[in-house]
Amino acid sequence: MGYNARFKVWRGDDTDGELEDFTVEVNEGEVVLDIIHRLQATAAPDLAVRWNCKAGKCGSCSAEINGMPRLLCMTRMSTFGESDVVTVTPLRTFPVIKDLVTDVSFNYAKAREVPSFAPPADLAPGEYRMAQVDVERSQEFRKCIECFLCQDTCHVIRDHDDNKPAFAGPRFFIRLAELDMHPLDTLDRKREAQQHHGLGMCNITKCCTEVCPEHIKITDNAIIPMKERVVDTQYDPVVWLGNKIPRRASAAANRALDAGDASAAEQHARARLRDKPTDRSALRALEVALSAQGRFAEAADVTRVQLAEAGRGNSNRRAALAAHAWVMLCAVEAGQLDLENCEEEIASTLQQAQRLASTGTVLAGSHALHNLVHGRLAEAVEQGRETLHWDRPPQTRADDLLTLSEALAGLGEDGESASAMSESLTLWPDNPRLSSARSNLRETGVG
Amino acid sequence: MTEIERHAYDVVVIGAGGAGLRAAIEARMQGKRTAIVCKSLFGKAHTVMAEGGIAASMGNVNSKDNWQVHFRDTMRGGKFLNHWRMAELHAKEAPDRVWELETYGALFDRTKDGRISQRNFGGHEYPRLAHVGDRTGLEMIRTLQQKVVSLQQEDLRTHRDGEAMIRVFAECTVTELLKDTTGGDQGRISGAVGYLRENGTFVVFEAPTVILATGGIGKSFKVTSNSWEYTGDGHALAMKAGATLLNMEFVQFHPTGMVWPPSVKGILVTESVRGDGGVLRNSEGKRFMFDYVPAVFRKQYAETEEEADRWYDDPSNNRRPPELLPRDEVARAINSEVKAGRNSPAGGVFLDIASRLPADAIRKKLPSMYHQFKELADVDITAEPMEVGPTCHYVMGGVEVDPDTAAAVVPGLFAAGEVAGGMHGSNRLGGNSLSDLLVFGRRAGLAASAYVDGLGASRPAVSDRDVEAAHRSAVALFDGDGGENPYALHAELQQTMNDLVGIIRKAEEMQSALDRLDALKARARNITVQGDQRFNPGWHLALDLSNMLIVSECVARSALVREESRGGHTRDDFPTMSPEWRKVNLICRPDGDGVAVERKPLPVMPPELLALFERDELNKYMTDDEISTLPEATA
Ligand SMILES: Cc1cc2nc3c(=O)[nH]c(=O)nc-3n(C[C@H](O)[C@H](O)[C@H](O)COP(=O)(O)OP(=O)(O)OC[C@H]3O[C@@H](n4cnc5c(N)ncnc54)[C@H](O)[C@@H]3O)c2cc1C
Ligand code: SF4
Ligand code: SF4
Ligand code: FES
Repeated sequence: MGYNARFKVWRGDDTDGELEDFTVEVNEGEVVLDIIHRLQATAAPDLAVRWNCKAGKCGSCSAEINGMPRLLCMTRMSTFGESDVVTVTPLRTFPVIKDLVTDVSFNYAKAREVPSFAPPADLAPGEYRMAQVDVERSQEFRKCIECFLCQDTCHVIRDHDDNKPAFAGPRFFIRLAELDMHPLDTLDRKREAQQHHGLGMCNITKCCTEVCPEHIKITDNAIIPMKERVVDTQYDPVVWLGNKIPRRASAAANRALDAGDASAAEQHARARLRDKPTDRSALRALEVALSAQGRFAEAADVTRVQLAEAGRGNSNRRAALAAHAWVMLCAVEAGQLDLENCEEEIASTLQQAQRLASTGTVLAGSHALHNLVHGRLAEAVEQGRETLHWDRPPQTRADDLLTLSEALAGLGEDGESASAMSESLTLWPDNPRLSSARSNLRETGVG
Repeated sequence: MTEIERHAYDVVVIGAGGAGLRAAIEARMQGKRTAIVCKSLFGKAHTVMAEGGIAASMGNVNSKDNWQVHFRDTMRGGKFLNHWRMAELHAKEAPDRVWELETYGALFDRTKDGRISQRNFGGHEYPRLAHVGDRTGLEMIRTLQQKVVSLQQEDLRTHRDGEAMIRVFAECTVTELLKDTTGGDQGRISGAVGYLRENGTFVVFEAPTVILATGGIGKSFKVTSNSWEYTGDGHALAMKAGATLLNMEFVQFHPTGMVWPPSVKGILVTESVRGDGGVLRNSEGKRFMFDYVPAVFRKQYAETEEEADRWYDDPSNNRRPPELLPRDEVARAINSEVKAGRNSPAGGVFLDIASRLPADAIRKKLPSMYHQFKELADVDITAEPMEVGPTCHYVMGGVEVDPDTAAAVVPGLFAAGEVAGGMHGSNRLGGNSLSDLLVFGRRAGLAASAYVDGLGASRPAVSDRDVEAAHRSAVALFDGDGGENPYALHAELQQTMNDLVGIIRKAEEMQSALDRLDALKARARNITVQGDQRFNPGWHLALDLSNMLIVSECVARSALVREESRGGHTRDDFPTMSPEWRKVNLICRPDGDGVAVERKPLPVMPPELLALFERDELNKYMTDDEISTLPEATA
């Protein structure tokens, strides 16, 4: 199974060095880091390399393989032919310490220059409330394992040490974007990025996105949106002020929601949207406020706007698609929308959401309701049961139980239907779907 | 004396994982000058690998959850060998520690009403694990790392030096703790000595307190989910400084690690594969777990494949498949099949999901496993079975500490996180480690600060002779001409521990392990290190090896003494749990060149906590004598 591979490994220090040739055994399934370890155990015990997890999780083992910035532990030997020479060199953008180990302190210095997360001063621990859709945008950037491959590949600093003082690099653009999109951060990150971290020096070559082992869409989801919004905040002080002040209106809407006052929340959100019709937080608050009042058809108009504003990031889009499909289905169930008229939109929204969802079960509740409104009861029951195996927040579970209960009632499974209903009621007695669901159930003689 | 860098601090924290960072943050917030020392780059500590989540009874998903339920689950998981006070503090304080992370900037997954979402996990009665997808450890490390940076930014504003109050010494390995001769027969901690990996320069930290937060010991075993850092340094440093280790025989083996290809052997395969219908088969194609259901679990587990298969759709009318027995049971079963020769080609068993679910469903339900096997093993888990086997995952044993202050027996020495013992008893529940790190990291930081305050002018002094001795012994490895190769010795050690002190233990095998450890110890004296002191992995390993040898001896000796099977310690020759042994902690202390094991009574749980359990349950664990002294309320 094994074969002997030819390796060239850079050896040396900050003063001098050269590529050293090795012939080394390779076994099935091995990654480049295994080969480096074999060299250490046999031919070169003092060969310097960094690594920790050997599972692509810590970002320690960054180097360049045949000139490409890569993780040594995630590059399989099977990607090379048996006769290929594999050349391993240290990251080029940073000074060499020894062999494959470089001095990456540049990155830690830049990290210290980004002002830290600044939550509202009066928010106590335990009282943070954020919607999943709102945190997902920043969560994508928090997947970063700090391998610094993006920093290594970025041409602005790759062979230009002179640019280093002014340029933070893609890793820290996503850090700034992460804070910018954090629902509770209070600082202005876009100006910061432009004025102090050299965002303007990036000319969107996307090389950073290509090498990111975490598949973070550095350019599309962080750099471009930051640049776009920097443009409007940077050059138009009126827009900038306007952005900061009425933001309080959407904060007020969210507070009203927390307090359970949906109509107050609706008013605050609408006030904010008059100033800025695409304010994400206000749109979200309005959607929730309308749904809470059982006005699903109107909520669907809001989710349609949210969807249009969701941008290209997968997780945002998925969340927006899922939300839109869901409120449309609730509207159909409640008789506020006509199934025939909107079936096409529902089906395509669901389908797109499913394509972006990482697991099928995420949308099982929506599929169940979709089947239910079409009267495909057996399918609805099957999917409804599936949702129950999953650990979901109480209101989601209440919704899923409700759908299941209705579908079971339709099939004459009254006992199971009633017990699903009662569990649903305990979990969420104020579910706005209840009135329509109840009347459906009464028709079938259960409710 | 050769050139040695010197630094003075109030508190030196060794380790930059969850426990170390939380401890350092606390010490700095108490106004103490604090150093964080770690072997890797900042932000790479082992905590980064944690996946599932962090346990805290916030009750966001099920409001019935509270600290009492969490406490009960933890004690059950540890088979009642936990230090009750640690389990109590942990259960009570974990929610605050998680909420605090949010104020530092952590972004956990959310519930529909915007709170921190919580997921179910083995042994936890309610959904309890706060999480971020399957990368919770990364979120925790990054959050704490960024909190340290934010404190440095504060210090930059107030002291015009960001490192005035808290400084990170990354890629610096501590090799020795220092003590003065005052403060009783023990001597007090006066600092630590280490070397910078980058250039081999030695560094002395003069400090009255040291907090050990060095993590675990898994690298002494051949098959492990742990990283190279897990060489038991903190355990060994504590022993060498005269502190004691508690219950070192308890090592958790996760039943499903990858076994093929050899290069990824040990990497974790998540439990959800089995939760979603995956089954274990031996080389004869037999679904063998049905043969391994122990009597105590008979009632809850299916007896036929048909019943087990029905459970997935109808859990209320059928019993669970035996693949979902607790981790230790499954790990032992796999081990027995392999020992009986019914193993898969790579020496594990088959974990089959391909024949159980449609390909699409597998890709949807287990995306990261699909990805992991595709990328690392070229195995398409929708088309063929995986090969899996047990992998060394976590050490329950550790430095013996005071539950409230994390203080070890040596004045000025503290320990928190995986390196500390007592909290998890004989077996740790998933998710209880990350919470442990925060709760006891903070407590260690507080207590170390209080200790510093109590010192007044009587600071312990560092002895230059000790520093020079520590330096000399570390560089002596370059002078050796014995010709032993550290990599080869390490491989032999790992094989020995894996084969002879692994999941299933026997007196003869452990005895022979101890003999081999003796021989390895002797050979380690003949190691020859090539090259110079600059970033030299061969030298680093040689130094780590001496720690692994000490710790391995502790594990093997304690395991030989404890004549029962409980949690992460299974004796083939003493297969049952013994109520008498439950009352016993095993303490390792240094003894000449080796290790001595002593028995010490387990601290007794107070009545108000005992009252949280049914008498029936206590009957299973306690001796008749203990039961007869229980207050009536527990009946
Ligand atoms: C794959 C995997 C998944 C896991 N998933 C979970 C989970 O979902 N939930 C959970 O609760 N637990 C989980 N665990 C367990 C948990 O991650 C660890 O127990 C925990 O992270 C240990 O943290 P720590 O702070 O004690 O030490 P670590 O994070 O390991 O940090 C140790 C630190 O000490 C430093 N150090 C060590 N020796 C020296 C020395 N001589 N000199 C200087 N510095 C030194 C290291 O450099 C490092 O910074 C998992 C473990 C693994 C392996
Ligand atoms: S897109 Fe910008 S940050 Fe990324 S590599 Fe290109 S120039 Fe650098
Ligand atoms: S953004 Fe991607 S490439 Fe850049 S440091 Fe983070 S993980 Fe690495
Ligand atoms: S060793 Fe951790 S990413 Fe490669």
